[in-house]
Amino acid sequence: MADIELSYGGGNSEKLDFEETELRLGLPGAGGQKAGNGGAGKRGYEETVDLKLNLAAKEIAPMNLGKDQKKLLPRPDDSVKPPAKAQMVGWPPVRSFRKNIMAVQKNGDTEENEKGSGGVGAAFVKVSMDGAPYLRKVDLKMYKTYQELSDALGKMFGSFTMGKCDTQGMMDFMNESKLMDLLNSSDYVPTYEDKDGDWMLVGDVPWEMFVDPCKRLRIMKGTEAKGLAPKAMEKCKSRR
Amino acid sequence: MRLCHSMMNYFPEEVLEHVFDFLTSHRDRNAVSLVCKSWYSVERLSREKVFIGNCYAINPERLIARFPRVRSLTLKGKPHFADFNLVPHDWGGYVYPWIDAMAKCGINLEELRLKRMVVSDESLELLAKSFPNFKALVLVSCEGFTTDGLAAIASNCRFLRELDLQENDVDDRKGQWLSCFPDTCTSLVSLNFACLKGEVNMAALERLIARCPNLKSLRLNHSVPLDALQKILVQAPQLIDLGTGSFVHDPDSEICNKLKNVLQKCTSIRSLSGFLDVNSRCLPSIYPVCTNLTSLNLSYAPEIFSIELIKLIRHCKKLERLWILDTIGDKGLVVVAATCKELQELRVFPSDLNGMGNAEVTEVGLVAISAGCPKLNSLLYFCQQMTNAALVTVAKNCPNFIRFRLCTLNPTIPDAMTNQPLDEGFGAIVRSCKGLKRLSVSGLLTDQVFLYIGMYAEQLEMLSIAFAGNSDKGMLYVLNGCKKLKKLEIRDSPFGDVALLADTGKYQTM
Repeated sequence: MADIELSYGGGNSEKLDFEETELRLGLPGAGGQKAGNGGAGKRGYEETVDLKLNLAAKEIAPMNLGKDQKKLLPRPDDSVKPPAKAQMVGWPPVRSFRKNIMAVQKNGDTEENEKGSGGVGAAFVKVSMDGAPYLRKVDLKMYKTYQELSDALGKMFGSFTMGKCDTQGMMDFMNESKLMDLLNSSDYVPTYEDKDGDWMLVGDVPWEMFVDPCKRLRIMKGTEAKGLAPKAMEKCKSRR
Repeated sequence: MRLCHSMMNYFPEEVLEHVFDFLTSHRDRNAVSLVCKSWYSVERLSREKVFIGNCYAINPERLIARFPRVRSLTLKGKPHFADFNLVPHDWGGYVYPWIDAMAKCGINLEELRLKRMVVSDESLELLAKSFPNFKALVLVSCEGFTTDGLAAIASNCRFLRELDLQENDVDDRKGQWLSCFPDTCTSLVSLNFACLKGEVNMAALERLIARCPNLKSLRLNHSVPLDALQKILVQAPQLIDLGTGSFVHDPDSEICNKLKNVLQKCTSIRSLSGFLDVNSRCLPSIYPVCTNLTSLNLSYAPEIFSIELIKLIRHCKKLERLWILDTIGDKGLVVVAATCKELQELRVFPSDLNGMGNAEVTEVGLVAISAGCPKLNSLLYFCQQMTNAALVTVAKNCPNFIRFRLCTLNPTIPDAMTNQPLDEGFGAIVRSCKGLKRLSVSGLLTDQVFLYIGMYAEQLEMLSIAFAGNSDKGMLYVLNGCKKLKKLEIRDSPFGDVALLADTGKYQTM
């Protein structure tokens, strides 16, 4: 039985062309693609996800990708540029376990290490997005607010938003109609699995109280997340 | 000729079985089972150890039907690339159906070894309760279970000898799984829980170790502090393999001194790992065991500076295996080359996974190692840059490579001196190392390197390719050339259907 694993292969460029070997980023139609190249050459992960999901344009808190987009376009004077490191999935090829250990050591701050689960400094959780073929991992301890997390997830998964956060950084769950609007739209909402194994909507508790119970993140369509809302509201009420 | 064949057939089955007992490799037993029907039958009924390299290649029922006396099962699940998040998360590799099927058929399972599989607490509970003679559980890079599953194993497996957890993703349920080993459990030979994130009860751990006189291998997790380590070693001076937990303490304190003294009595220690958190100034405590050390793994300790690593290494003259971080630098590798003349396996891991980092490991270190360590046969080397000239020299110095895995941090970097692709360098490696079984290439590479691989790598069984090659020709060279190829992993390389479908007949042997 063949034991061949392929990952984003494709394209059959004939000549040695350094540009071909670059991993490009940017939304579909952005300047980074060659004309007529279609799906050949390397596709950045974001592009793959976007093509499959056909995400609608955002109205609530649109992602400010303007300046990021410019940073991601290749500069004309670079000759041999490595594939953009931040987006090279799985390179260098180091096991997640080892990556986690390194992240812990780099924290260095022993106080930080004592807080949180089991004395380990990093808090890597898996993030999945419905429709995307691959999971990612984020270290929740790298962020201080929901907005930072939202930005990071946005970069990873293309045009996705977490909706409005009020000044305290908590979503307004007590206002049912606002919540229902969000859940009825085609926007994606982030949800998370907490220590009890329940799936909750992200944003119901202050950030500091979110990091520890959060075991896993899942970005799902608003309409699918509807079933979670009543539970989320109950838990929310019982906390107040 | 015919007379000869008939004579073989007159051997009673017991004799055949006895002869087959001497065949330990599963490949030999597989070969033997193909000779004739009676050999197939004798072999299958006597096979106790089964290895399944791809858990979807066969179903559990078929395994049990063919090998009803199986006692030890090894299963591999997800492909190697899953380690680097390159495989969809719902790919599969669940062990439950295997345990369930074996439990239902009354298989006398004693050993289970799993790699890259999804293991639930439910499966561990079923495992613990279904096989009264269960002795050894080895889980490598698995996920899906929690410390509750481990508690079930500890509580129920009365004759447990081996519980070996390597680099698994385990959820900590803050239970007391280690305390679940009953007082009657005295059979442990190997206990490795280094990958667990949570705390264990120190008193329970010390008592467990004290009552297991046959304990040879112990690997602790980061929650076990230095002073506990010292107390544990007093109870287990017979250890051969030790993985420390946290190695942090005030170096001027009595504890570090006590540790040094107790280590002096641990004259059997040959393998050292751990250091999941380390104060470099405590390292001198371990010098007593360095003289006889054959295996050293410091690859989880980025805080140790090059200068301290070098001091430590100078004490380790008998080292055969070294796993280290690139913080050692080329300078440190030169010291390794001068000190560790018995070195067979070297792995240099990257310390900075975000940037291209402060890594000072280049082709210089590798050339030094190849010159100083003639017995080197296995290499995993993450480096900042490489040159063809260096690889040619390495190939000349070390023709005995069985595993050669080079990983440039920039995956498409050309020769650092000439700016050419690294085709010639890798070509030299495959030409010189006639016994090469595993190869990972990186750096700027064209189809030419694959031509070399196809032409010369006759023993190659596993090849890993990333961001390499120009066209389908590259793949065709490899598939047509490497007759013994079993595993091929490719990412971000321009090989299309033409190449991969060119010789589908070949895939049957892979």
